[in-house]
Amino acid sequence: MQRIGVFVCHCGSNIAATVDVKKVAEWALKEPGVVHAEDYPYMCSEAGQSKIQAAIKEKNLTGVVVCSCSPRMHETTFREAAERAGINPYMVEIANIREHCSWIHKDMEEATKKAVILMRAAVAKVNLNTPLKPGESRVTKRALVIGGGIAGIQTALDIAEAGYKVDIVEKTPSIGGRMSQLDKTFPTLDCSACILTPKMVEVNKHENVNIYTYSEVEKVSGFVGDFTVDIRKKARSVDMDKCTGCGVCQEKCPSKKTPSEFNRALNTRTAIYTPFAQAIPNVPVIDREACIKFKTGKCGICEKVCQAGAIKYDQEDEIITEKYGAIVVATGFDMIKLDNYDEYAYSQSKDVITSLELERIMNAAGPTKGHLERLSDGKAPKEMVFIQCVGSRCSDDRGKSYCSKICCMYTAKHAMLIRDKYPDVNVTVFYIDVRTPGKNFDEFYRRAVEDYGVNYIKGQVGKVIPQPDGKLLVRGVDLIDNKQILKEADMVVLAAAIEPNKDVRKIATMLTASIDTNNFLTEAHAKLRPVESPTAGIFLSGVCQGPKDIPETVSQAGAAAVKAIGLLAKDKLMTNPCTAKPDELMCNGCSQCANVCPYGAISYEVKEINDHGVRETRRVASVNSALCQGCGACTVTCPSGAMDLQGFSNRQILAEVDAICR
Amino acid sequence: MKYSYYPGCTLKNKAKDLDAYARASARALGFELEEIENWQCCGGVYPLGSDEIASKLSSVRALNEAKEKGQDLVTLCSACHHVIKRVNDDMKNVEDIRTKANNYMQLDEPYAGETKVLHFLEVLRDEIGFDKLKEKVVNPLTGKKIGAYYGCLLLRPGKILEFDNPENPKILEDFIRAIGAEPVIYPYRNECCGGYISLKEKDMAKNMCNNIVDSADGFGAEMLITACPLCMYNLKKSTDEKLPVKYFTELLAEALGVKEEVDKA
Repeated sequence: MQRIGVFVCHCGSNIAATVDVKKVAEWALKEPGVVHAEDYPYMCSEAGQSKIQAAIKEKNLTGVVVCSCSPRMHETTFREAAERAGINPYMVEIANIREHCSWIHKDMEEATKKAVILMRAAVAKVNLNTPLKPGESRVTKRALVIGGGIAGIQTALDIAEAGYKVDIVEKTPSIGGRMSQLDKTFPTLDCSACILTPKMVEVNKHENVNIYTYSEVEKVSGFVGDFTVDIRKKARSVDMDKCTGCGVCQEKCPSKKTPSEFNRALNTRTAIYTPFAQAIPNVPVIDREACIKFKTGKCGICEKVCQAGAIKYDQEDEIITEKYGAIVVATGFDMIKLDNYDEYAYSQSKDVITSLELERIMNAAGPTKGHLERLSDGKAPKEMVFIQCVGSRCSDDRGKSYCSKICCMYTAKHAMLIRDKYPDVNVTVFYIDVRTPGKNFDEFYRRAVEDYGVNYIKGQVGKVIPQPDGKLLVRGVDLIDNKQILKEADMVVLAAAIEPNKDVRKIATMLTASIDTNNFLTEAHAKLRPVESPTAGIFLSGVCQGPKDIPETVSQAGAAAVKAIGLLAKDKLMTNPCTAKPDELMCNGCSQCANVCPYGAISYEVKEINDHGVRETRRVASVNSALCQGCGACTVTCPSGAMDLQGFSNRQILAEVDAICR
Repeated sequence: MKYSYYPGCTLKNKAKDLDAYARASARALGFELEEIENWQCCGGVYPLGSDEIASKLSSVRALNEAKEKGQDLVTLCSACHHVIKRVNDDMKNVEDIRTKANNYMQLDEPYAGETKVLHFLEVLRDEIGFDKLKEKVVNPLTGKKIGAYYGCLLLRPGKILEFDNPENPKILEDFIRAIGAEPVIYPYRNECCGGYISLKEKDMAKNMCNNIVDSADGFGAEMLITACPLCMYNLKKSTDEKLPVKYFTELLAEALGVKEEVDKA
């Protein structure tokens, strides 16, 4: 028989205001095995933990139940406290009477009844708990960063600086990401390329960093500390070692009609191309869909003009398999498609553009060489209208429910830059709210209004109406004047919502990392573990976790790096002992458990079994406890009940159910 | 192919053309419009009062009659289509309205939105197919620059009408291409003509209609086509007929070579 102590936490008034904690402690003493029960305002505090430890020693406890908050919050805290007092940490169970009870109920009597039931279930389980001992697994001292934008670059640099090897996998031909497409950055207006390209060079030169561009993660297996990843290096059709980056192939390529991804399809590129001048690596790729040689077999001009002999039409995709201890996701974002917002005439008029397109237009290396001009007729605009929140903060399913966070600031930036460079251009901004929290952000926005005379109108736009003379009529509302506004404009700029990169779903599935309804990766705890995925060993960097500007992205990238370094610094990891274990006498070798195991942890072995004196050679299941994550899928699948989960055995769970139904 | 057909009052009076050309075109295209018996006025305006049942019953009767015949219900007038389609959606999805209407109607079998409601244009697009229509054209309207005028009733609310993308529709443009003419895209094609406001505030309707016609004219349209008798009335009355406005069925009949027989009759 166990000797169990029950400790009921008030959590200040979080629990005590709704649950009669004293009564829960009183009732606990009536439960079988319970020899001690007490309540305390903050069980997780130093004093609270000391009470548990004192009781363990004085009452010679063998098991502990803490009635408190979610085990995700403090299970580890209490288990460690118990271990220090000399009992096995797996003899401690939490009854969650906060999230599952006090926070969601109002009636004290009912809530107290429920808390007692939850306490009983936990006591019933502890009565059947057995000490468990975690195993050990090794840590591969190498990190993988998925995505080579500013988030991925910063994370990789920080990990590399700490002395660990890092690989970056970037799916496009160059690292740099969205930031490389930007012209100037807020709130200091320094040139994006000027601050990004040195970092690109640094990461490329770093002895601890290895970059796979034009590559994608194809398969991930293993677990924290010991991931095995297949990376598909797509055929570049150019030998990276031989190419000197002279660019002659691009000059001579006759296939020039592919929309340039880098310039948001505002102009075209050749079939053999580097996305932009400062690309790293400065080695072009051949877009086989556009290449005449690949389509018709004729051409071959790039091969002829390449003095280095670097063109390799017969190059094939290559799969690289590598082991990693930690994986950082930094897959970034894209602008939403504007198909659901035809009222803004984006698809009807060339002079209605997105903010990212404006970045390219304003950029000296962009399609208009940095001249602000209408894409329809090349004329300089006199009236510009910006529309905020296109697809952000949307209450129906046309757009996104969230605030994209960066648009207020970049719109103020665009407005200010235009007023500065072209003082004769009038700029009007339609907004719902101007949101500029952040260091020097509100001052920046006020400068746009007060010093640069940008006309901000609180209200939304209903329709952008292209006029026969090529102008655009913007029909909106001024909520402060309470009147309809008809404003003629030469160009309209839409602050389209941002959304996670399309590939993130695929990557999250490979990593078994969870994502939310908007496809942002979920953090392990919204406040306390914001750069870690709930899946151990997976870390989050940049906009893949939620909308962020550059300073925030860089901070989070550093934080993710620190978490990854903390993991890589360990030589060994304790493994979770709550793994599946087959009863070989009951196992009939049917393979059903292996079929459902998502981690490939179950295999079969043929061995001699002593079945009550009868020696037989049988095929039985065998669990690799290093791979098993304790999900329990096999235990419910096993038709003969041979598979059980340590720490969550069928008997323990049924005892809990019995206690609840009693 | 046989469809139940709901013409509506206006098509028996002011908009006889819209109806006659449609029937002749249907015959030419090989489908039959079987006018449902004893149909009543749809009310002209969808009643927005959520407790309003009486003014929805005529639509329910028409819908139920089509259901009993096992036919889809075809409409032509934008207003009738709008009312009947929305009432059908209520009968399918709003339990309160469904219960009250059925309690009142005492049908042999309760009606729960089973009938498929099709606008004549949807029959052309989804049942006949614009490519097939193109093959049947004997008198293509080559070179004619036509602006499609949708108005609002066919398009909105988009999720219930499910007619086309309300902000950037294309069904009428595709129709115009099928009969050999050239569609003119102009931004006011899905804007309201003013509807019944033309009775009360003539200036407002005038302003709205002139915006539509001037925009179409500016983008090079030689004429406008519509499916709605009220739009037709407003566009003509409020703009001094700056631009010819025709029912789309008239052009359809012309392209199919059956216009003259209708005009003679």
